[in-house]
Parts: sequence; structure tokens; C-alpha cells
Amino acid sequence: MELRSKVPSGPIDQKWTKHKFDMKLVNPANKRKYHVIVVGSGLAGASASATLAELGYHVSCFTYHDSPRRAHSIAAQGGINAAKNYQGDGDSIFRLFYDTVKGGDFRAREANVYRLAEVSNEIIDQCVAQGIPFAREYGGLLDNRSFGGAQVSRTFYARGQTGQQLLLGAYQALMKEVHKGQVKLYNQCEMLDVVLVDGQARGIVTRHLVTGKIEVHLADAVALGTGGYSNAFYLSTNAMYCNVTAAWRAYRRGAGFANPCYTQIHPTCIPVAGDYQSKLTLMSESLRNDGRIWVSKQVDDDRAPGDIPEDQRDYYLERMYPAFGNLVPRDLASRRAKDMCDQGKGVGDTKLGVYLDFEDAIQRLGADVIEARYGNLFEMYERITGEDPYKVPMRIYPAPHYTMGGLWVDYNLMTTVPGLYAIGEANFSDHGANRLGASALMQGVADGYFVLPYTIADYLAQAKLDPVAEDNAEVRGTLEEVESRINRLLALDGDRTINSFHKELGRIVWDNCGMGRNATGLKEALEKIPVLRQEFWENAKVVGEGGSINQTLERAGRVADFLELAEVMCLDALVREESCGGHFREEHQTPEGEARRDDENFTHVTVWEYTGADTAPREHREPLEFEYVPPTQRSYK
Amino acid sequence: MKLKLHVWRQAGPSAKGQFVTYETNASEHMSFLEMLDVVNEDLEAKGEEPIVFDSDCREGICGTCGMVINGRPHGPWKRTTVCQLHMREYGDGDEIWIEPWRADGFPVQKDLMVDRAAFDRIVAAGGYISVRTGSAPDANAIPVMQVNAEKSMDAASCIGCGACVAACPNASAMLFTSAKAAHLNLLPQGQPERYGRVLDMILTMEAESFGTCTNHGACENACPKEIKIDVIAMLNRDYMKALLKAS
Repeated sequence: MELRSKVPSGPIDQKWTKHKFDMKLVNPANKRKYHVIVVGSGLAGASASATLAELGYHVSCFTYHDSPRRAHSIAAQGGINAAKNYQGDGDSIFRLFYDTVKGGDFRAREANVYRLAEVSNEIIDQCVAQGIPFAREYGGLLDNRSFGGAQVSRTFYARGQTGQQLLLGAYQALMKEVHKGQVKLYNQCEMLDVVLVDGQARGIVTRHLVTGKIEVHLADAVALGTGGYSNAFYLSTNAMYCNVTAAWRAYRRGAGFANPCYTQIHPTCIPVAGDYQSKLTLMSESLRNDGRIWVSKQVDDDRAPGDIPEDQRDYYLERMYPAFGNLVPRDLASRRAKDMCDQGKGVGDTKLGVYLDFEDAIQRLGADVIEARYGNLFEMYERITGEDPYKVPMRIYPAPHYTMGGLWVDYNLMTTVPGLYAIGEANFSDHGANRLGASALMQGVADGYFVLPYTIADYLAQAKLDPVAEDNAEVRGTLEEVESRINRLLALDGDRTINSFHKELGRIVWDNCGMGRNATGLKEALEKIPVLRQEFWENAKVVGEGGSINQTLERAGRVADFLELAEVMCLDALVREESCGGHFREEHQTPEGEARRDDENFTHVTVWEYTGADTAPREHREPLEFEYVPPTQRSYK
Repeated sequence: MKLKLHVWRQAGPSAKGQFVTYETNASEHMSFLEMLDVVNEDLEAKGEEPIVFDSDCREGICGTCGMVINGRPHGPWKRTTVCQLHMREYGDGDEIWIEPWRADGFPVQKDLMVDRAAFDRIVAAGGYISVRTGSAPDANAIPVMQVNAEKSMDAASCIGCGACVAACPNASAMLFTSAKAAHLNLLPQGQPERYGRVLDMILTMEAESFGTCTNHGACENACPKEIKIDVIAMLNRDYMKALLKAS
């Protein structure tokens, strides 16, 4: 496997412009001769489909949902960053770039991050023109807020529903092209494999979730905008259907998988209530702008929060990080919450939680101001927990939320398989080892609206793309493999439900490859996971048949892939003998308990190559260079 | 708490459906869908087919879930989708009737899952602002009155779940269609296509087997995002103007 990043030469602020000029174009009359498959209709997939179609390509867009608007981008609450500097508070493209590289703990590719910061401004222009109702000031201009560890106000937002509004904008642009006939939309159609012909990605195999029909779709290039893999933990803030299957099947066909151990644990989620729990709910971290995080100074303090006097409370983030206080980046906020609970200072019945308290903010600003800012979040909290956060502090605990790791891509967003692209959360590209708040939406739409539509032309204009017939041996072979795997799943008639396997896997991954990781635990997980996987294929039970809606079968395929991914996650965490961003190896910390990076040995991307079902994946490395932001110890003191 | 559930089971769009009764034990901390997850887990363990229902984010924002509970779309709580309804609403011995959305525009696919692609087709007819990627002016070049931006956001918060259709005695999709039109028509960016949008969306809505709006207001009552029927008045007004302009 060859890892050529294809980062253009020249000064960082001219790379993308120069690259756009150097790339080959497909002339307008020829674009209609090309057919591109986009898998996924989230922010990245929908925006890419719409833009490619506007340019004149024929696009097929696939989603397993009943409508493209259901994709999980919709759940992003807080906002989207851009370097507009509308607030005049010293922001710039370079500062957004700098913050993102530093926030990613110096494990992202500089050139990619710079491009992301550069196109961030165009994104806001595009979204406003589409009619996205961002928050505005009374003068009619756009409002901004500070978010997730940034010291400037660069976050654009639409109440607590920014992801929803951005996704609806992309969805509407997509439907406009569907209406024109330029995009063919496949709802309720799940990708189960990618078709390679002569080493090039030339299509996908799908199963229609209503009819059960398994089909081949051929094209000239394939882009995966299929999201992240947080559901490997079973409990996460991801939606129920989020899964790794598309990316994993691509990996099994030769696409390198980068940094799978870089997972983000979001600090402000509602704690787990019981073992029937199906998912975790995120409370936007914008709450940390006004809420104060604390625990009792005493261990095992069973008093109600209101009975704990001020001097017996430990506002530990404010104490440990005076400059950033409650606004430290996500990885730190999560880890410190875990520390407090490990010390026995956790709150609530399960003792796995810390308080997020609005009492001071309500006194300072009034309940009505707090309601205007966070009313919908407070209401959601009360609906779920039955507690009123205007009166009792919220209880929060970290939860898996986002995965920085993903399919390795070059500067053009192409994976190691020619013609196969990965966009949005599905790729590994821009966030390094830790993603900053309000940057996921930015990256999803940057890839879809402003990067892929340019870079894909460079490939299509030069690749040798012979016509492929459906009876081509490689096409038929892939189809048959999918069919036989479905049949194998349907034949499972053991004693355990699919969910029970997923839960058990999640527990192993959370305990050993969660907020804190160590060699002993990871090695233990690497022994347990293959055993569980084997048991799955021997003792799982799939009821129902394949010719109609069968949600058990759908889940079974996804859990089977998580059972493979989880092993590579743990392996990746084991070989990365350092702490960086969301990857905290307990052996590698400073005396104060902060992450200790090892730049000398680990300033690289780890990329895993599939070598077969029964052999260990092969490790590759893409070295990273930092020319513009010299690596420093990340400090938020 | 012990519960008796009467759940609509229907093998496919043309199959005959019926209520099937299940008994289950639930905790008050569970969400309604987690209660059904447990029922399904038990069914699967017994080798029986679980109840098919659609749900994804379980945070009330994706619009995937939806079922009629004791006659009310999304159940009894205001501003709440069924995924956010929690079992502390219910008590020991309660009987709960669970059905899919019932409307010609939303054919049942299986059990509680319905096909809502008609909504996509209504949006495709005009629920957008035509702007090619990269052709937009600077974002602050288009000031928007704050109050209009807020009203537009109110309408834009529709999650496309279909509860409005399920609640309407005519199974009309008027609230959904009007909300999308209002979102765009309240903004300066939406003006150039305003009247064409209204005509095209209404035409498509009528072609999609939805009924006509007769101002019952049941949709507003059922909407988990509390979208007001004011948007319907706005659509009607725009529709009249559009007809005049078209003639």
C-alpha cells in the first residue's frame, strides 16, 4: 500500500488555489458522460451529490434511511465555525487553521486543515444563500458565539439545531437536482460492498431494505459519505442506524483505514440510566459557556447538590485550567470528569456523572436569558431525566460522540483505492487526534461542496475507465460474496440476540479503548474480541427472512463489521505508545496527569491495510510535517 | 410496571393487519422506544419476528420515528416525539394501543413503519432556493430582519415526521408543505422563487393522495416542534397571489 498524500507544493496559503489550477478539468459537455455514486446523504453526501449534479455529472445517491433528510448530521446542535471575523475579534483563516491543528494535538495534515479553514468562509456564504436561518443580530447581520475551546467568536448557529438546518439546506439542494433528473435517489438502500474492476472503484452492491433485493450499481467513481463508527461502543450519541459497514467493506477491498483509535468522547452527555439504554443523548457543549462544572470535594458525598455549601464544591476545571475554565477542549473536559468519578466524587445514582450548574448564570443573567439561550436543551434534559435544570444542576457524563479516524485519504480525498473517495466523518483527514467543537459540520460541507467536486474531475479526466458490463467476472464475484454473506447471516440460528453481542462488544471497547487506555487492557480486549466474534458466527440468532424488511438482519451485518473494526481500533491504540488528543494512554502522561505526546516517534498517521480474515492487518505510516504550526505541548492552563 | 400492549402488526403494504397483544415489564426511566426494544429483544430470543418500527437519532430531531399511541401521534407529551416520550408517563397495569401513521399518502411498509417519500417529492417540487455551489455573495451582504429570521427558523424546525398528516382527519400534508414554504418565503433569499414554489409544492401535495386542509388545527396540536397553523394561512395567501400572478 502506497501512501502518497499528494499535498501540493508552495506556501500553505496558496496550495489549494494552485492545486485547483493544476488539476485537470472535465469540460462541460463531457461531464454528463460520467456517473458518480455517492453513498450517504448526510452533510457531506448530500452536498457532494448536489454540487456534482449542478456541475453536470450524473449522480446516484444512496441512503438507508426512508429520506435523505434523516442522516445523523441532523443531530449536530452547536454550530459551524468559519473564519469570517465578523465580530472583529482577531479571527482569521490562519487562526482557525492554527487552532484546528493545535486542537488536533498535531496529528493532522497541515495542508488539509488550512484548506478547510480557507473554504470555511465560502460555506457560510453558500448556506446563507440557501436560506439557512442562522441566528442574527437586530441589525440583520449574522450573530456568532464562542464555542468549544475557541477564544474568538467564530461559530455560526441556528438555535441548538445548526446541524438540522445545514442538513436541510444540503437536502433541499439535493432534492432540487433529483427533481431535475440529475441525481437518482435510492432511499432505503444500503451499501454492502464496493465493486472493484481492474483495481478501480467502479460501483457498489446494495440491499434494498424493503424488498431485500441485492443489486449492483456501476459508475465511474464512488464517494463514501457514510459517517463515523462511534457505535462500536454500543452506547454513543450516534443515531441507532449509524454504522461502519460501508467504510469497513471498502477497507476489506483495499482502502487503508487511518487512526481508528482516535475517537472523541464528548464531555456533556446525559449519564446512563439503566442496562436497557439504547443510546446516549448529547447536551450541546454551548452549555459550558454559562454552566459551571463541579463535584463535591468529599468522596462518596450523598448529599443533594443544593445541600453542598459553596466552599465544599470543587469547580475542578476552573481550578485546574484558569485560562479556559469550563471551556477547555473536549478531550480534557471528558478525562477530568472521568478522573473525578474514578476518585469516587461522581454524582447521581450511578456515581458516573458530574454537575453542570446554571445557578450562577441564572442569578447573573436571569432565567429568561438562560431560557432564550438553552431553553430547548433544558427541556430535552427534563424530558429524559425528569429533573428541572433551572432548579437542580444537570448531571453530565462523557460519551462517545465522533470518530476522527476513518478511511485514509490523500489531499484529493481519494482513498488508497483509485476512484474511491471518502468525505465527511468517514475519512480521517482534518481533525487529527481531537476535533474541536463546531468543526464537524464545517468539514462535512467543505468536503462535499468545495473539495470533492473539484478533485474528482482530476481523476475522471485522466483515469482509463473502460465500460464495465454487469456480467464482468469481478462484478459478479462481488455480488455473489454479498449474497452469500446475507445467506450466512440469515442462517444464524443460535441462542443469543444480535443486540446482546453488540452490547458485550461495546462494553469491551468502552472499558479498554475508551477515555483511558493501557497496554494491559488493550491486550485483554484483543483477546476477547476475536472470541466474541467467533461466538457471533456460531451462536447468534437472526429471525425472519431476507425478502422483506428485516431489521434484525440489517443489525446483524452491522454488528458483524463492528466486531472486526473493534479489533483494529484496539490494535491501533496499542501500537500508538503515546497520548494525543482523544487517545489517552495511561502509561504516557505527565506528572500532572496531562497527555504526553511523543513527537519523535509518533508524528505520523497510522494506516491499516487488510490482509485477510485470519491475518493481522499490516501497519503503514504517513509521516506528518509541521511547517507552520510548530508542535508544542498543548496547554490550556 | 406491568403493561399490556396492543401493537399493529402488518406483514406488508397489501397484507391485512391486526392488533397483537404483548405483555411486558417496563421501568419508569425507559424511553417508550426502549420499552419496545425490550419487547423486541424478548421476541427475538423466542425466535419470533420483532415489531418493525423506524427510529434513528432518538433525540427528537431526525423525524424518523412516529407512531400513534392511544390515538395520539407521538403519544401524550407536548413538543415531544415518541423517542423522547418516557415511561414515567405510564403506570402499572396500563394498556397501550400502538398503531402506524394512517394516511393514504403514507402506505404502511411493515408493522409500524410507513413510506413517507411523498414528503421528499413535495420538497423536490420547490422546497429550496436555487443557488449553485460557489455562486453566493458574502453572507452579510443579505441582511435579514431578526424577527423574520426567527419566524423562518420556527417554520424550518419541522422534522418531517408526518405527525401532522397522521393527526389530520383529512390526512392533509398542509402543515408540512406550509412550513417549508414559510421557511423560505420569509427570507429575502427566497423571494425570487416565492410564487412558483408555492404553486409547484401545492400541486405536488395534491397529487400525492393527501387530503385537503379544512382548518381543524389537529396538526398544530400534534406537531412535536409546535409549528403553528399561521404558516398555512401564509401559504394560502401566497397561493392566491400566485394564482393571480399566473393568470
